[in-house]
Amino acid sequence: MTDTSRPLSPHLQVYRPQITSVLSILHRFTGVVLGVGTLFLAWWLLAAAAGDGAYAIARGFFASWLGVLVLIGFSFSLFYHLCNGIRHLAWDAGMGFEIATLYRSGWVIVIAALALTALAWALGLGGLGRA
Amino acid sequence: MNARSALARVRGLGAAHDGTAHWWAQRLTAVALIPLSLIFVAVVLAAVGADRAAVAAVMANPLIAVLMLLFIAVSFHHLKLGLQVVIEDYIHHEGVKVAALMANVMGCYGLATACVFAVLKLAIAG
Repeated sequence: MTDTSRPLSPHLQVYRPQITSVLSILHRFTGVVLGVGTLFLAWWLLAAAAGDGAYAIARGFFASWLGVLVLIGFSFSLFYHLCNGIRHLAWDAGMGFEIATLYRSGWVIVIAALALTALAWALGLGGLGRA
Repeated sequence: MNARSALARVRGLGAAHDGTAHWWAQRLTAVALIPLSLIFVAVVLAAVGADRAAVAAVMANPLIAVLMLLFIAVSFHHLKLGLQVVIEDYIHHEGVKVAALMANVMGCYGLATACVFAVLKLAIAG
């Protein structure tokens, strides 16, 4: 008989959150978020292909406060997943496993993701002036 | 000591009978997505605030259309591989898991095809 009342690994809730584990979970989370984001990508492209009426509805949503909030979430998720993905590829190549390096590269990709998100929005808001 | 048969060692597929194909495809698509996702962001930024005709004009550029089609194909492949691992990790009921794995493939292929069609229509028919 399996006794499932004993503590089971990895027993996440007893561990103090660390940047290594938090960023790892965030990588998977942002990946799933981007999966949801593809629904909005498909909506945008299909609306543009369908005609002016459908595109006006999609454009109206993306320009609304809710649309902007959603796009901020998707854009940060994309840049985070991109930057941390490059960190993952470095690990796949056998580089950067020392604890100090792990912590440093973790903070670097968080700052890079935030900076790229801010840059994209600065460029995007410049373009919004055309609307 | 190795209990595997000579044939199993030659096939190199391991205990999951799947080898490294999934792992490798995930990395290959990840590397391709580094430039492609940045190009996608640039295309979106070029379309911010634009009306439908202006978006169609952006897609009418053959280089942009081809890069968008590549981004769509590679990103949906990468998404299918990633969501598959999430499903395998968290869904333990065999029937539900198989259904979710099927829905994942159908959903990713369906959305990818819809996006490809939209880009082609914008690029060719405006």
